[in-house]
Amino acid sequence: MRSIRRTHVLLVALAAALCVPAAGVGKTNGLPTSVGKGEGSLNLIAWEGYTQPQWVKPFETQTGCQVHAKYAGSSDEMVALMNQGGDSQYDLVSASGDASLRLIYSKLVQPVNVNLVPSYKDFGKTFQSPPNNTVKGVHYGISLQWGPNTLLYNTKLVKPVPTSWASIYSPTYKGKVTVPDNPIQIADAALYLSKTQPSLGITDPYELTSTQFNAAISLLKKQRPLIVKYWALASDEIDLFKNGDAVIGASWPYQLTTLKADKAPVADTIPKEGATGWLDTWMLSAKAPHPNCAYKWLAYISTPKVQAQQAVYYGETPVNSKACSYMDAISKGSCAQYHANAPLSYFSKIKFWKTPIATCDNGKNDCMSYTQWQQAWQQLKG
Amino acid sequence: MLLLTPPLAWFLFVYLAALAALFVSAFWQVNPFTTEIEHIWTFSNFTTIFQSSAYRSIALRTITIAALTTIADVILAFPFAYFMARIAGPKLRAMLFVLVLLPLWSSYLVRVYAWRQILDHDGILNWTLQKLGLPAANLAYSNTAVWLVFTYVWLPFMILPIYAALERIPDSMLEASSDLGARSWLTTRRIVLPLVLPGVIAGSIFTFSLTLGDYITPTLVGGAGSQFIGNVVFSSVGVANNIPFAAAFATIPLAIMAIYLVIARRLGAFEAL
Repeated sequence: MRSIRRTHVLLVALAAALCVPAAGVGKTNGLPTSVGKGEGSLNLIAWEGYTQPQWVKPFETQTGCQVHAKYAGSSDEMVALMNQGGDSQYDLVSASGDASLRLIYSKLVQPVNVNLVPSYKDFGKTFQSPPNNTVKGVHYGISLQWGPNTLLYNTKLVKPVPTSWASIYSPTYKGKVTVPDNPIQIADAALYLSKTQPSLGITDPYELTSTQFNAAISLLKKQRPLIVKYWALASDEIDLFKNGDAVIGASWPYQLTTLKADKAPVADTIPKEGATGWLDTWMLSAKAPHPNCAYKWLAYISTPKVQAQQAVYYGETPVNSKACSYMDAISKGSCAQYHANAPLSYFSKIKFWKTPIATCDNGKNDCMSYTQWQQAWQQLKG
Repeated sequence: MLLLTPPLAWFLFVYLAALAALFVSAFWQVNPFTTEIEHIWTFSNFTTIFQSSAYRSIALRTITIAALTTIADVILAFPFAYFMARIAGPKLRAMLFVLVLLPLWSSYLVRVYAWRQILDHDGILNWTLQKLGLPAANLAYSNTAVWLVFTYVWLPFMILPIYAALERIPDSMLEASSDLGARSWLTTRRIVLPLVLPGVIAGSIFTFSLTLGDYITPTLVGGAGSQFIGNVVFSSVGVANNIPFAAAFATIPLAIMAIYLVIARRLGAFEAL
């Protein structure tokens, strides 16, 4: 027994001795404890606009890691890229909340040591261990930026000022309503129902039993004749509002900023029922070929200044609470505009996207899976 | 024989193998938990398609719009092709050729977006109607808009085969017809149309199959109820990574085209080829 154990230990020591200098990442419990010399290269799957030269160039100079980014058009394209062998080709993926759990459960991403990211301690409490990237206390990535899904409306044609999501479910603006063409929109209906029909007992709009799910679908079926178009791209919604084909709809802050720059009479609000939101996470691929550069990127992208640069460029909100003053330095008032200084209570109104999965937290295993969400959404649009 | 081997091998392995893979994967399913494909034989994809009224109406809508697009294109293309082939002089004919092909030089997306600008609520069409004192047309984001755009973008694919068929009709036949006392309408009906039919069928195969597979036009100019077969395939792969379901749904246009070709053959469309 003893000799076997010794051989075992020897083997492990040998393997470690061989591996550590090669990989340059010291590890305990499978998690690296230090970051070694960069491998000279870093491959990313990212949203377009997430790897702008203004913050990528300084990173490349500082670390010697050349950044190669592959842009994905949708969360599902990201998952597909990772599924098709991307987990050994790319180092990091900027997954949104509707994709991150799928990546975790498909074992395409690996746990990260948050202690190697110095700015992590400055993150807002909501973003340190959010359920869309942290499972049972294990972190599968570093939160990046977030944004709420707001109610956008034409200030000239929508009166009085809407305060409830009811305005996109009631026939007042029939034929002038637009919502995203995304199955995750079912969660918006569920969130509305959780407030208006408490008897359904919806506590989490992403974990729906079949009764709750069917209630959300029947609400969306009633909404269907009111819709002028389910928008697929943010630019579609901008066109709809600019040309007067839509006057109210579910939106992102990005569309509001763009439309306002065009002097369109629009405003947005987070209605009294609250809102859904998205949170993006840089996740580390299961077989990342350049782990040191990946950790260097995670540390760099989390620093307040870079967080602010990206937030202002893209129109989203940084997770690092110290980014506020940097945001105002780049564009005056942007910190408050994007709620980067929002108090903790603000986040109780935002339900962040996560992938609907069959095993919900109640442990009863009776929730509707994302495939079912997607098929229901498709049939709903008919 | 040796020279034929590479293209034949390419055809077998790349072309037919891809189709076979498509067909086989239609009988698999995805794990609802990890969305990974499970290689278990099942008919569940097909039962879902046939049991859901939504998928039936999507298929029906696609076929209807494809048929309407084809009819509209034939009506538009025939006089144009006739003029090009039998009336226009060589110089004018060359110019018309360029005009027909010109839209194909620009990106398909640009042309569809251009139509969106035309049909928008505050677009060119409504602006013109307003200037003329007419009521606004609410065509934007509807199936009518999809039909209009399809008719426009596939028109060259109909003009060219009809033109080719018309050009092949020998003048002597038309002269013989009129010598025998047939008036121009009778000649058109009894001589020209039957000889042009293969061209029309060839064109309609283009317009029909292109409409069956397209998802960009419905996405960009369609409205809330403008889901086409292509959209279902695209979102099943792109949104849900449900390749088996997409494959199952993609067999519908294959079946439709097979039926269509059989009917065309019955009508004698291929006899004159």
